[in-house]
Order: sequence, then structure tokens, then C-alpha cells
Amino acid sequence: MSDLDKFLKKIENNVKIEPKDWMPDGYRKHLQGQMSQHAHSEVIGMQPEGNWISRAPSLRAKVILLAKIQDEAGHGQYLYSAAETLGKSRDEYINELQTRKAKYSSIFNYPTLTWADMGAVGWLVDGAAIVNQVSLQKTSYGPYSRAMVRICKEESFHQRQGYEIISHMALGTPEQKEMAQDALNRTWWPSIMMFGPHDADSARSGDAMKWGIKVESNDELRQRFIDKTVQQAELIGLTIPDPDLKWNEERGSYDFGEINWDEFWAVVNGDGPCNDQRIDHHIKAHEEGRWVREAANAYAQKNN
Amino acid sequence: MENKEALVNYCLRIGDSSLVLAQRLAEWCSNGPMLEEDIALTNISLDLFGQSRMLYNYIAELNGKGETEDSIAFGRNERAFYNVLLSERPNGHFGDTIVRGLLVDAFNFHFYTQLQNSKNETLAAFAEKSLKEVTYHLRHSSEWVVRLGDGTEESKEKVQASLNDLWKYTDDLFEMNEDDIVLVADGIAIDLTAIKPLWLETVTSVVKRATLTLPENGYMHKGSRKAVHSEYLGHLLCDMQYLQRAYPDAKW
Repeated sequence: MSDLDKFLKKIENNVKIEPKDWMPDGYRKHLQGQMSQHAHSEVIGMQPEGNWISRAPSLRAKVILLAKIQDEAGHGQYLYSAAETLGKSRDEYINELQTRKAKYSSIFNYPTLTWADMGAVGWLVDGAAIVNQVSLQKTSYGPYSRAMVRICKEESFHQRQGYEIISHMALGTPEQKEMAQDALNRTWWPSIMMFGPHDADSARSGDAMKWGIKVESNDELRQRFIDKTVQQAELIGLTIPDPDLKWNEERGSYDFGEINWDEFWAVVNGDGPCNDQRIDHHIKAHEEGRWVREAANAYAQKNN
Repeated sequence: MENKEALVNYCLRIGDSSLVLAQRLAEWCSNGPMLEEDIALTNISLDLFGQSRMLYNYIAELNGKGETEDSIAFGRNERAFYNVLLSERPNGHFGDTIVRGLLVDAFNFHFYTQLQNSKNETLAAFAEKSLKEVTYHLRHSSEWVVRLGDGTEESKEKVQASLNDLWKYTDDLFEMNEDDIVLVADGIAIDLTAIKPLWLETVTSVVKRATLTLPENGYMHKGSRKAVHSEYLGHLLCDMQYLQRAYPDAKW
């Protein structure tokens, strides 16, 4: 049996692929891209939420938010380590991020304008991420699958915390309710875009499904997210900003309106409201920390 | 309780110092020199927020006027904050933050070690819990001062300058006023003059390991015991208190 046949046999039998196993070049490249994109998303995602740490409205809310962002830093660290098993270093991955060869989730290119956005991000963005990550627990690459198992446990806390923030506001003063609805209006469409293009337009999906990297399609995951989220909005009296949203008895799912793919591709290709800001921020922190990393290396070399 | 007002003031001093330093350290989020330091500085920040919350809740209980941890944190102006001057210093570069950390952590380490013996049971229990946390904080800042001091020429120069700059705020840590005198006599508070040599010994040993030079004692800035601060504090509070001030009727 050829290496490729053995590899495909493992995928077929749900045996995880491990770092030292033979794998097709395309499989390795696809995973390097996807896992580093995932790691970068965790790290860049610290910025829009970090925007509100200093202004959190209660000490309790502040420590919950800070701990959440700390979890994300931990996820980033963990995912970079998992991605390093594919033969590329964290430094190389970070360089690709900073030179814009690598992507991260486009949702983080939108600004967080009010405290209600901390609710909307936790509820919708983490909510969408969980749907995707639960599915990825079954992915064929061992280190990625194990990272997802660990990360999903923490993400479900984040989603509940986000929902708690937006619930308090939706059920609070008129001003708070207005902020909550506004945050939903701004975050809804970008969050359902997080699942990527429709299956028919998703160029790389085919190989990823064949190799067991992806186990469910973009549209399946998006539908699952919408179906579970609509009721949560209704429960706290918020309106999903989609006039075409309607329960479809036959399908047992919600029908929804047309996604603005022009906006999606504009943001993916660098023209979102915060793309430049996010990358500039990352580069600035990285450059300002250079002398510190150099000192730590020099000290370690002198003392080992 | 006879000396309730002195006790409240004493708790405010400790709680405010923790809160303001926590707020400063949280500014490092997404700005650290490496992910591991984002995580470490956030850990320290979270510990300090926790410490301030414990003391604010105790103050609310002592005053019995329906205050909450949030009304205490978000409802006071800069002239009612008693945090030590070091805690409000801007983060500067990583070396500045680390040296500020060393100077405060070494103080907290010896302070909480002794406060564990306070006759006030709440403070004693608070000190015991906090000591575990600040022991880690002190280890973190000490190790970094050593790495930066004994790292490269550039890092040595930078961190020596941080130490020289921040040294002038260190006497403020040990200032005592009438509250201290009353509470020390009751066996509740700590005599800070007794802490100072211990603090100096700890700081000196780290500075020596880091191949740095201990600054000369020049002019020393003080004022935190009278709630007289630098201009930096007002901005920090503006930012921190904005939502509570803008929407006083809202619950979050």
C-alpha cells in the first residue's frame, strides 16, 4: 500500500494523523494555513475586547473580561504550539501575519464601540466559534483535534458570559437596551459571515473535507448557529436585523436573507474598518518587545 | 469599633493601591513582548483586582451605609484615592513596568507577611491569602529584573534608567500618618518603619543579582497618604469610571 493509500485509510477509519506520520504536502499546507489562522484569530481577537478592559462598568465585569482575554492568549499560545508540529515556527507564523500573508477571522476587523459589544462579541462571535470548534474536535489531525477539545470547554463559558452582559443591557434602562440592539445590529451579519463563503463558492473546502480536516460544511455550520441563536435573541427582546428571517417548518430551520458577500470579501482583503489598526498594533507591540526578547535570550545563553 | 474611621482609611490605602496597579497592568493586554507575558501580567492584574474587591467589600461592611465594591471604586474622585504614588506611574516600557513591579511587590511581600499577625481577623486572613499571590508577583518581577539587568547592553541601560526614575517614589510606600499610629497601637496595622530595612534588603539583593546599581537617595516624592497624586491618576480614573458616571442608574 502506498503512503497516500495508508494515509487515506486512516482518515477513512477515523484514526488521527500525528506529527511524525506521512501526510500529503497539500494536507500539511492546508493545516498550516488553517491552524495558524485560528491562532492568529485568538491573538488579534484580544484587541477589540481589550479595548474595553479599562472601562468595564463593574469590577466583576472587568475581571471576567480580563480573564476571558487571558484565556484567548492561552488558546493562541496553545494553537501556535500545535501548528509548530507541522514544521514551521511560531516566529514564521507571526511573520506571515504581520506581512499579511496569513489571515485571521475577519470579525475582529470590526470596532467595539460600546460596552454592549462585549456582550455581542461573547454571545455571537464566541457562539459562532464554538459551533465551528465543536465540529473541529473531530478533525483528522491529532494535535489540532486535542487543542479543540480543550478550547471548547473555555469557549462555552465565554459565550454564556457574553450573553449575560447583553441580557442585562437588553433588560436594563432604555439607553442600555438601545446599545444592546445596536450591538446586535452591527455584529449579526459579520458573525454569520464567520463561517465563510457558501459551500458552492468555497474553493478549498473540497480537499479539506476529503482529508477530514473539515467534517461539516460552511453552510451546515452557519445554519446550526442561526437556529440556536434566534431564540436567544427573542428571549431578551432583541430583534435580529434580518427582515427575511423566518422559521421554515419543512426544513426545521430558519430561512435567512442574502449575505452581503461584497462586504465579506472587502474585509477579508484588507478593507475592513480596523484591518490596518489591528496589524499595526500587533507589529508595534512586537517591535517594542524586541529588546526584551533579546535580553531574555542573551541571559538564557549566559546562564545555561 | 472605636477606630473605625482609621481602619477604613487603612483599608482604602491598601485596596486603592491594588486597584490602581491592577488597572495599569491590565493596559498590557495585547501589548506584551510575548504572549507568555500578556498572560503573566494579566494574572497579576487579576490577583490585584481581587485584593481590592475584598477590601472594598470589607469597607462597605464596616461603614454599613449601603456602599458596594463598585460604588467605592467608581464613585470617588482623585482627591479621595489613597493609592501609593508608584501604582499610578504610567507603564512606560516593559522594563519600567517590571521595576515598578519589583518595588511594589517587595513592599507587599514584607507588608503582608507581617499583616498576617494583625489582631483584626479580616485583615489577617486577607494578608494570608494575598501573601501567596504577591510571593509569585515578586518572583516574576525579580526574575525579569535580573534577566533585563544581566541581558544585553541595551536592556541593562534601559532597566537601570527605570530604577533611577522610579526610586524617587519609594519613600511614599513607607509614609505613616495618625491612622497608622492609632492602629499600630491596637495591634491591627504594621509599623512601616520596621518593614523598610526588609524591603531594602530584598530590593538590594535583586539589584545585585541583576548587576545593576542601587540609586542614591535623592529627593523623594510623597503625598499618597493625603490623597495628593500626580496628574496621571485623574486620567486613569476618568477612563475607569466612565460608564458608571455616564449611566448612574444602570445595572450591569
